[in-house]
Amino acid sequence: MTTAPPSRPDSTTRRVENDNSRERKGQLAGGWGLARNTWRGLTSMRTALVLLFLLALAALPGALVPQRALNARLVDQYFGDYPRLAPVLDQLGFFDVFAAPWFAAIYLLLMVSLVGCVLPRIREHARGLRAAPVATPRNLGRLPHHAIATLDASVEEIADRVRARLSGWRQARRSEGPACTVSAEKGHLREVGNLVFHLSLIGLLIGLAVGKLVGYEGQVIVMAGGGQFCNTGILGYDSFRAGLRVDGTDLDPFCVRVDDFAADYLPTGQANAFRADIGYQTADDLDAGRVDRWRPYPLEVNSPLRLDGLRVYLLGHGYAPRFTVTFPDGEQRTGETQWRPVDPATLLSEGATKFERPGLVDDEQRRTSQLAVTGLLAPTSSGGKIVTSVFPELRNPEVAVDVLRGDLGLDDGRGQSIFSVDRGRVESGELVAAARVNLVPGAAVRLEDGTTVRFDGVRQWVSLQISHDPGQLTVLGFAVLALLGLAMSLSIRRRRFWVRLTPVDGPDGLCGPGGPDRQDRTVVEIGGLARTDQAGYGEEFDRLAGDLLGSELLDVRTNDER
Amino acid sequence: MSVDPILALLSDRLLMATVGVYVLAIALLSAAYAAARSIPGARPADAAAPADTTARTALSHTPTVRTALSHTPSVRTGRSYSEGAGGEARSCSYSGGAGGGARSRSYSGGARSRPERLGRMGVALAALGVGLHAGSLVARGLATGRWPLGNMYEFTSAICLAAVVAWLVVLRRSPGLRPVGPFVLLPVVVLLFLAGTVLYAQAAPVQPALQSYWLVVHVTTICLSSGMLLVAGVASLLYLLRRSGLGAGLAERLPAADVLDRLAYRVTIVAFPIYTFAVMAGAIWAEAAWGRFWGWDPKETVAFVAWVVYAAYLHARATAGWRTGGAAWINVAGFAVIAFNLFFINMVVAGLHSYAGI
Repeated sequence: MTTAPPSRPDSTTRRVENDNSRERKGQLAGGWGLARNTWRGLTSMRTALVLLFLLALAALPGALVPQRALNARLVDQYFGDYPRLAPVLDQLGFFDVFAAPWFAAIYLLLMVSLVGCVLPRIREHARGLRAAPVATPRNLGRLPHHAIATLDASVEEIADRVRARLSGWRQARRSEGPACTVSAEKGHLREVGNLVFHLSLIGLLIGLAVGKLVGYEGQVIVMAGGGQFCNTGILGYDSFRAGLRVDGTDLDPFCVRVDDFAADYLPTGQANAFRADIGYQTADDLDAGRVDRWRPYPLEVNSPLRLDGLRVYLLGHGYAPRFTVTFPDGEQRTGETQWRPVDPATLLSEGATKFERPGLVDDEQRRTSQLAVTGLLAPTSSGGKIVTSVFPELRNPEVAVDVLRGDLGLDDGRGQSIFSVDRGRVESGELVAAARVNLVPGAAVRLEDGTTVRFDGVRQWVSLQISHDPGQLTVLGFAVLALLGLAMSLSIRRRRFWVRLTPVDGPDGLCGPGGPDRQDRTVVEIGGLARTDQAGYGEEFDRLAGDLLGSELLDVRTNDER
Repeated sequence: MSVDPILALLSDRLLMATVGVYVLAIALLSAAYAAARSIPGARPADAAAPADTTARTALSHTPTVRTALSHTPSVRTGRSYSEGAGGEARSCSYSGGAGGGARSRSYSGGARSRPERLGRMGVALAALGVGLHAGSLVARGLATGRWPLGNMYEFTSAICLAAVVAWLVVLRRSPGLRPVGPFVLLPVVVLLFLAGTVLYAQAAPVQPALQSYWLVVHVTTICLSSGMLLVAGVASLLYLLRRSGLGAGLAERLPAADVLDRLAYRVTIVAFPIYTFAVMAGAIWAEAAWGRFWGWDPKETVAFVAWVVYAAYLHARATAGWRTGGAAWINVAGFAVIAFNLFFINMVVAGLHSYAGI
């Protein structure tokens, strides 16, 4: 691509055709030819365009259909709402769009297409950088920008003036018989930016992949007022999402202790600030055995704790009521389990606190005398007969609970929610209601067998997230590079400028110094071509024309730029 | 952090005034548009003279000046320069348009024609509207003591402001685009009306997750780029309208098709990097607030889709067979996705971004 026809700017982003493709076509045969054509087809601009459309289209269900990775509960609800459609969508991977093979196929093809297109362009661009600016077209009048004037100066003088004015341009000067031409080019950084942008996208994808391979993310609920969590294994977490190469045996150790949690609310009930005062111990502290020293950190919503490639976030908070059960034989058990907020505006919470009766030796008796205190907790109760919460802050707590007795199913080997009891067991009679009561702190209820259940008070819990993603900085770096490349490739204009200097009279008006005291006159013809899609060269060309031709200007015009 | 009720009220009143002024501006610009159409001889014979209305109306007074500097041979060979001889909108001068504007200003020393006067008043009103509009946002920021982009009402308003400002900036560079004005202001007024009624939110502080300087960076750039992309989308729509020949009576006074196309392109290539930056800033913020920089939250997903659509637009501009009509459709689709992301995703689909909703 040395002499592009002036009327057609070359493509800004991708090369559509290979120049020497036609001559070799006859020799191609069989599989090799097919592979070659496939490759060419894959790396063509049109294919890239189609793949981009497909990518956009394929990502859309990720926003419109609930995703397992974001909210599994919504997916279950979807199954309930559309019992016929949902299994089909599930088969097609619509609930895990961004892990679906077809989504991966699209972006991988796009990346292959990108590499196949960008690599040859790097070579081409490197060659273009070394080559001299193209020769001046014979007829400058055909160019989109053109001007002509006759000046009272020698060819040499004007050539010097042109060179000075075009500093910063790549220039080449050539002789054409008596005339002299200057070709100049500017804006090679446009292509550099373009290439940097596309290559950065690959780097960004690699950074993402690293994160998905060796990163992990886990959530854990910790009681405020002294609760501790240590990152020693997956079992410590309430939920955990591991990267493909993470088996949970090699987590970076550290410990946090939540000393205090404070939430500040506006009178409307809207939260204004959350803050958890935590202490932490790093891996070094633990290795050195400094286990009694906690480094303080104020954990807030927008300021996670960052240590050794790990980040600790404050994600949420809620309340945990404390109940003390006194059994008829005088044995006491105290339970404190987090209840989950069901109304984010008032933090009305629900949950179940479960007890096993101590001091029993008979397995059957032990199994069937379990207790559960389950119901609702209002941090600021309305005070009515039916407990509702009117404010999210802990001002006037009250619980409305059922006390259930019987077999909770704690021993049957199946996991169960910590927030509820198995409703099936209530219906089957394995669990029976022993009391239904509203309690304020300090109040107690006495069951018919003499057991008392006392509501002692409420503690706060915070939900922490621990994240580890070693690919994150790579992604950031390449994102910044991509942005710079993008800005360069869209703002820099690739353009060409030519000058032809023709002496008006005299056979000795060669491209060289004129006679000492001749009154030289030179026809100066200039032409310009923007090689990229963008208009806007006209203004610059007009300025150049004004500077070089001055008031002698005869005719400047801007042809159609395309 | 209490809210100043007087400033909050002032902000609301200013927004109402803004809508009124914009409506007036639309009326004046439309009147100018209609008046220019009805003046016989005010326009040269060719259907799509590149010059703007300003230059056109001035043309008849001073034809001689134009010979010195002209940018419009409609014949490509450009043997010599001929004044607007027939032909469809091939020639153009979006680039030369800036110069054209400068030139036309010099003609307008004498009495201006009626459409010209109406048009100027319309633009002046739009500029006044921008002042009131900005005042409304500033007053809200002062009233609440935070950056005034904390809910849908506020950022819909900011997007509209960005769109009108973008149009005025473009107009300064090429006055020929004045007829595009009503088509930009119309969606702006509709959006502002929706913002003031359906989306309206009392001035209030924002919740903890939004208390970050990234709000300033992320939401401001998103609003700025969305506003600019609105202008680009409108330009592409008008381009398609102009090209299709539908509504010829309405479209005939619009700038030439390729002037509109170039407007769309130039605005998009400025807005696209800003949008890219805004999405990246959002990712950085998400890393600090939600524990991951990208999690395919519905809002993020659709932002990604919009980004890909605009990438497709830029690629289409360099693909044979897609350069004109196809690219314009993609650009329109791009803005449709942005609008979908703003309204549908915020109001219907629940996600982490939902707290910014209504």
